[in-house]
Amino acid sequence: MPELVLQLTRAGFLALLWLFVLVALRVVRSDLYAASGLRAIMPGGGRVTARAGRSRTARQLLVTQGPLAGTRITLDSRPILVGRADDSTLKLDDDYASTRHARISQQGEEWYVEDLGSTNGTYLDRAKVTGPTRVPLGVPVRIGKTVIELRS
Amino acid sequence: MAAPESTAARPGGANGREGGPVLPTGRTIELLLLVFAAVIVTGALVLVEANQEQELTPTLLYVGLAYLVVLTLAHLAVRRFAPYADPLILPSVALLNGLGLVMIHRLDLADQDRAALLGQPVPDSLVFKQILWTAVGLALFIAVLWRVSDHRTLARYGFTCGLVGLVLLALPGLLPSSISEVNGAKLWIRVGGAGIQPGEFAKILLIIFFAAFLVQKRDLFSTAGRRFLGMELPRARDLAPLLVAWGLSVGVLVVERDLGSSLLFFGILLVLLYAATERVSWMLIGLGFFVIGALIAYQLFGHVQVRVQVWLDPFSDYENRGYQIAQALFGLGTGGVGGTGLGAGRPDLVPFAESDFIWSSLGEELGLIGLASILVVYLVLITRGLRSALAVRDSFGKLLATGLSFAVALQIFVVIGGVTKLIPLTGLTLPFLSYGGSSLVANYALVAMLLRISNAARAPLTRRPAAPAVPIADAGTELVQRPAVGPTTGPLPGPTGGRP
Repeated sequence: MPELVLQLTRAGFLALLWLFVLVALRVVRSDLYAASGLRAIMPGGGRVTARAGRSRTARQLLVTQGPLAGTRITLDSRPILVGRADDSTLKLDDDYASTRHARISQQGEEWYVEDLGSTNGTYLDRAKVTGPTRVPLGVPVRIGKTVIELRS
Repeated sequence: MAAPESTAARPGGANGREGGPVLPTGRTIELLLLVFAAVIVTGALVLVEANQEQELTPTLLYVGLAYLVVLTLAHLAVRRFAPYADPLILPSVALLNGLGLVMIHRLDLADQDRAALLGQPVPDSLVFKQILWTAVGLALFIAVLWRVSDHRTLARYGFTCGLVGLVLLALPGLLPSSISEVNGAKLWIRVGGAGIQPGEFAKILLIIFFAAFLVQKRDLFSTAGRRFLGMELPRARDLAPLLVAWGLSVGVLVVERDLGSSLLFFGILLVLLYAATERVSWMLIGLGFFVIGALIAYQLFGHVQVRVQVWLDPFSDYENRGYQIAQALFGLGTGGVGGTGLGAGRPDLVPFAESDFIWSSLGEELGLIGLASILVVYLVLITRGLRSALAVRDSFGKLLATGLSFAVALQIFVVIGGVTKLIPLTGLTLPFLSYGGSSLVANYALVAMLLRISNAARAPLTRRPAAPAVPIADAGTELVQRPAVGPTTGPLPGPTGGRP
């Protein structure tokens, strides 16, 4: 093979190898962002808008009103059970609360409250909770005489 | 087939996995990368033939076609059996395997030329054997993906795997040397022309055993121990099966004179212990054992001393024992930064250039730039395995993926370190690149398991369909009735619930 062709193919082949590596790393990168909630460009797909993630996640649950006012519960991934039952995470001593009143649980980064069929209902801000409802930070959740909020 | 479903149906807006967007299956990306790998390998084959033979031979066609068929079947199998598997693992493997085939073919051509020049009979073509082994590996790959539909079932066979693994390891040592000994190492079972190294399969089986055992006993390790010198030591009886398996595997390998594999087993168990218990003390204890073991091995075994001397100064015994590594270093030096070009070097001067020393062969023809790219491809393979370990939800899967990925990583380090004279040379093969049937087949099984675990890690959780979302403002007032006694489970499954 002529020397010139040899040199050209030699450089071309190395470039091809590194191109493969770069494409692979691009896929790795897109996957990294996918895990953190941001989206990046997928090779083969269109450009997806990068959403600056609301990185503020709830870290603790704070009781703002009621007999237990001031109580803080540090949140991990486990759901919080609220009610008068002894095994509740937040045990209320409140005539207006049911034994198993409500559950606050994590789905991905967000926290959801759902009513467990209580007599007097659970309210997110002013609205009655009928199904699993997302709880934004700092929005009061009323259960009987108790009001709780999520804080970061 | 679920190819273009990159945005799979998700119930409700916020129910995406981990709050983020639903991961695409990645099969389209995998296909693109596989095509890319096939292009690179075909290009490499053409270059080799053009540089060596000055013409294209029919072998090019056979090798290329067989490679394409293997890639297609593997991709289809992944689509069928593990649709959410990691999209980077298979293309990395395909590229490495393809480059290995090219380099083996290239060395074949050189050997045939030399034989023709010297008037000797033409040696067997190794590349066809390697393609045959690739096909066997593919069959095992598909079988593992098909039969192991959930990696957690493997945990149930932990002790069986451990026992079978130990038997496989010990078998060549017990068999007569005529069957088991090749080049001074008793590692083989040879029947007729074909031979396998059962140790390669034992490696995977023992990793399964270690992972299953550690998951079972992890709590005991961390809690029931005694404190000693500021470190928590587990009770002896909790540890006994592990130590026995460890000691036996390392002992057997020492008897069989396979130091590379004993190092591999030692390292894998150490890392699994560390991953399971998160205690640095294990690393310290393990490193201590390693130093002691290495010193004892150096004192006891002549071949270890030879290896160390060759490592320290290969040129003092250049004609004899140092020849191989010295030639490999010359080869790497000839390659330099850019390499000589595929098919334009003389990598065939190194003994065992196609198996133990394929790294120096590649280095001579692709240079530092090419070697670095291959290393990055290995790195991608390993990090994707470890990432699957991080993402998968069950402890057994985590440990298994960690063990399998780390096994590949350590093996690469030991081989490349040996060839480049960073550490003493031990006879191991480079995964997927080197010529060697057992290694290739076993590594295909290993990759199939990694794909299975990554599939479990990336597949979206199957959920019950969410209740129709009515905006709260529009919802009418309803009469709430006190429900029957008993724990109510709402329509919101827990983070780990709801898998089939």
